[in-house]
Amino acid sequence: MSVAVLEAEGLHTYYGGAHILSDLSLSLRDGEVVVLLGRNGAGKTTTMKSIMGLVRVRAGSVTMHGRNITGWEPHVIACAGVGYVPEDRRIFSDLTIMENLEVGRQPAREGAPTWTPERLFELFPNLAEMRSRPGGRISGGEQQMLTLARTLMGNPRVLLLDEPSEGLAPVIIDQMAATIQALKEQGLSILLSEQNLHFATSVSDRAYIIEKGRIRYDGTMEELAANAEVRNTYLTV
Amino acid sequence: MGDFIVTLLTGLSSAAALFLVASGLSIIFGVTRIVNFAHGSFYMLGSYIGVTMVTALGSGGIAYWLALLIAAVAVGVIGVAMEVLLLRRVYQAPELFQLIATFGVILVIQDVTLWIWGPEDIVGPRAPGLSGAVTIFGEKLPEYDLVLIAVSPVVLIGLWLLFNRTRWGTLVRAATLDRQMVAALGVNQRWLFTGVLFLGSALAGLGGAIQLPKGGADLLMDFNIIAAAFVVVVVGGMGSIGGAFLAAMLIGLLQTFGIQIFPNSTLILMFLVMAVVLIFRPWGLLGKPESPGHGPVEAPEAPLRPANRKLRIIGSGVLAFLLMLPVAHLLLPSIIGDFTLVLVVEIMIYVLFAAALHFIMGPGGLVSFGHAAFFGGGAYAAALMVKFTDAPMEIAFWVAPIGAALLAILFGWFCVRLTGVYFAMLTLAFAQIAWAIMFQDAPASVAKALGEWFGWTAVEQITAGDDGILGIWPAEWASSRVTYYYLTVGLVVAGLLVLRRILFAPFGYTLRAGRDSPLRAAAIGIDLKQHQWIAFTISGAFAGLAGALFVYSKGSVFPTSMEIARSFDALLMVLLGGVHSLVGPIVGAATFTWLNDIFNELSYWRFLLGATIIALVLLLPNGLVSLGDTSVGRRLGLGPGREALA
Ligand SMILES: Nc1ncnc2c1ncn2[C@@H]1O[C@H](COP(=O)(O)OP(=O)(O)OP(=O)(O)O)[C@@H](O)[C@H]1O
Ligand SMILES: [Mg+2]
Repeated sequence: MSVAVLEAEGLHTYYGGAHILSDLSLSLRDGEVVVLLGRNGAGKTTTMKSIMGLVRVRAGSVTMHGRNITGWEPHVIACAGVGYVPEDRRIFSDLTIMENLEVGRQPAREGAPTWTPERLFELFPNLAEMRSRPGGRISGGEQQMLTLARTLMGNPRVLLLDEPSEGLAPVIIDQMAATIQALKEQGLSILLSEQNLHFATSVSDRAYIIEKGRIRYDGTMEELAANAEVRNTYLTV
Repeated sequence: MGDFIVTLLTGLSSAAALFLVASGLSIIFGVTRIVNFAHGSFYMLGSYIGVTMVTALGSGGIAYWLALLIAAVAVGVIGVAMEVLLLRRVYQAPELFQLIATFGVILVIQDVTLWIWGPEDIVGPRAPGLSGAVTIFGEKLPEYDLVLIAVSPVVLIGLWLLFNRTRWGTLVRAATLDRQMVAALGVNQRWLFTGVLFLGSALAGLGGAIQLPKGGADLLMDFNIIAAAFVVVVVGGMGSIGGAFLAAMLIGLLQTFGIQIFPNSTLILMFLVMAVVLIFRPWGLLGKPESPGHGPVEAPEAPLRPANRKLRIIGSGVLAFLLMLPVAHLLLPSIIGDFTLVLVVEIMIYVLFAAALHFIMGPGGLVSFGHAAFFGGGAYAAALMVKFTDAPMEIAFWVAPIGAALLAILFGWFCVRLTGVYFAMLTLAFAQIAWAIMFQDAPASVAKALGEWFGWTAVEQITAGDDGILGIWPAEWASSRVTYYYLTVGLVVAGLLVLRRILFAPFGYTLRAGRDSPLRAAAIGIDLKQHQWIAFTISGAFAGLAGALFVYSKGSVFPTSMEIARSFDALLMVLLGGVHSLVGPIVGAATFTWLNDIFNELSYWRFLLGATIIALVLLLPNGLVSLGDTSVGRRLGLGPGREALA
């Protein structure tokens, strides 16, 4: 078994007085794709933001390669090699595609693939044709690709992907799955959040199920596939 | 022909400084979301430092231009210092609180400038080799104007290249759209913020330095330019540098042409243009609607709650003290002198004014930068009524709030269509129109013009501009100091109770619902704009009542009762006290007026006041009322500070 690249332990996160995450622990090992499954409002995004330093965690710790990164500022965490792809995309709408990529650019990083716009355009051919178009004037699917590409420009070792399949057409979802596979082959470790079990199964090695801010289940995709009870309790609407 | 062209060119040259200041303001706001009130002060510093540098380096050839550049850089560094020492500590505080911080900086800079350079206006040095004039179609144009005409487009192009052709510029534009996302992509925002503060401040400094040969340096430059810069930013569109350029040119031309056509109304004209632009393009010429943005997650605001028992007891205690004070005055005149009564009357007047502003700011969620318009509006309404109809005080006390309310209905119609900073700036602009009307005695000009037209003999002056309206004294029965004291206390307390009553009535709930969630409020069929308009009017009316109390306590009214500084004072009172509670404006107004009174005795009182404000901002980022949340406050049993006074 390989070492944990990213490990969250006993996280407690609040929004004002509302206790959103309680005692949440999860780990991501080197080269692994792990999915965080849960319904709307379960706390998937909050988990991602807690790891990324975008919301303050009140207790618990986040470690990366054994190094405690809890309470670090988001840009420091990003510079440490964590790439965050938000669910609401957050494209810089007035900036062109190329400029959006430029914002994400970071120096090459040891132990992580190095990306250039040209390499990314091979991965996302659609984007290549619209380099100088403002980010606000491309389709939702293209925006999803662009957010991912923008984050990859930072040459991350760990990727946090918040609901990448949300709002995408089935064909594009397949494309996204292929992309994630490709990234995994490049050596990235990926933590994914999803509601689409089918999509998640096609790309992930392991799954955590989150409900009301607590981890209710963890296991491999095969185990989850065999466990109808868990699926019915936590995942079906 | 020549005349026209020279006027045109003069207009364009006069726009240079305005454009530099406005673009800097716009850039800083874009990234930090802070409206830098101190930007006018940076402009002023640019002028003063420019003078000093020119004197030091000599005004020959290159040295002169080098001096201007050094002035710009120096002001840029001062901007950075403000960011690092002050703003950086309050980015997490509510947006409004950052305003007060920059306001403290204005006061400090005013006195530091006075201390270093003295009170005299300084005549600007001449630019070497450019002190002559060129002749265009037989009309003379100063050579230096040609330089100024060239400055704006050169800076515009430079900024465009900076923002579109460099990585730093790209990051800044991205941060303007979503600074949290930029951070999540690994960019240290601090460098962006610091860089932006440098650039924006240096532009203001350059603006101040470059206009030296034309305008020199004086201590009123800061407030004079800031209003115009706000207008330019709003007309051009917040965050749009191209828009600021267009607007600066427009305003520059308007002023030079306007001065020929309406020599006494140039100020009014400028604000009028702004109003017209905003009616047709609420976000300015090249601006875009405010994006909701992805700010830091804030805890939802705690709802207002009726006062707890402790607060009720304190409130009753304060009231009893107020009622007993004149008795003490009569018994022990040597300890509680006339002066104390005068001070308390003044405090009470500002308490009402601040509570009125709080009504629209806190529960209404709309920050007015120009509430002095209604305070002064009420004062002028009362004073004019007395001056021209000899109306008794009892009538004037009705006329003031009604007059102010009518003014608020008019201004509100334009303003409530906007939100956030746009709303704030527009209220400021309208307040400046009102001020300019009083200051330049526009009604008299109109009367004169009409008089000539119809062959009447018009009155010489109506508001009498700077001379003000004098001799407005209380009625016989209220003329003693003690009686007027009780009258003030009575009206102010009644006013506070009425405001409070409205807030806890369905109207108040609706207003707050709309503030917290405009979309949801709209979805359940609330006409939010209408509620805000009404709230704005109510707020204006009570500010007007405070104005009436004010004019009768002083016996006179001057345009200063409407000036920007007065609006800012009120803003400070509310923000210092804490916008989240009804006690806030009361505590804030009392503290502020009292401090002002103490400091007024001292030389350099602005510095002390400014420094105190800055210290308060740094120590109590939730306002004075949050003292109740501190350990000392809790021990005193003040409990959570966000409670309302009964
Ligand atoms: N800014 C906020 N302030 C207060 N509560 C919030 C905030 N953001 C999220 N919440 C609450 O936190 C809980 C978890 O939200 P989160 O966004 O993490 O869920 P999620 O699993 O990502 O859901 P979705 O699938 O809809 O994206 C929800 O109950 C939500 O209402
Ligand atoms: Mg989510």
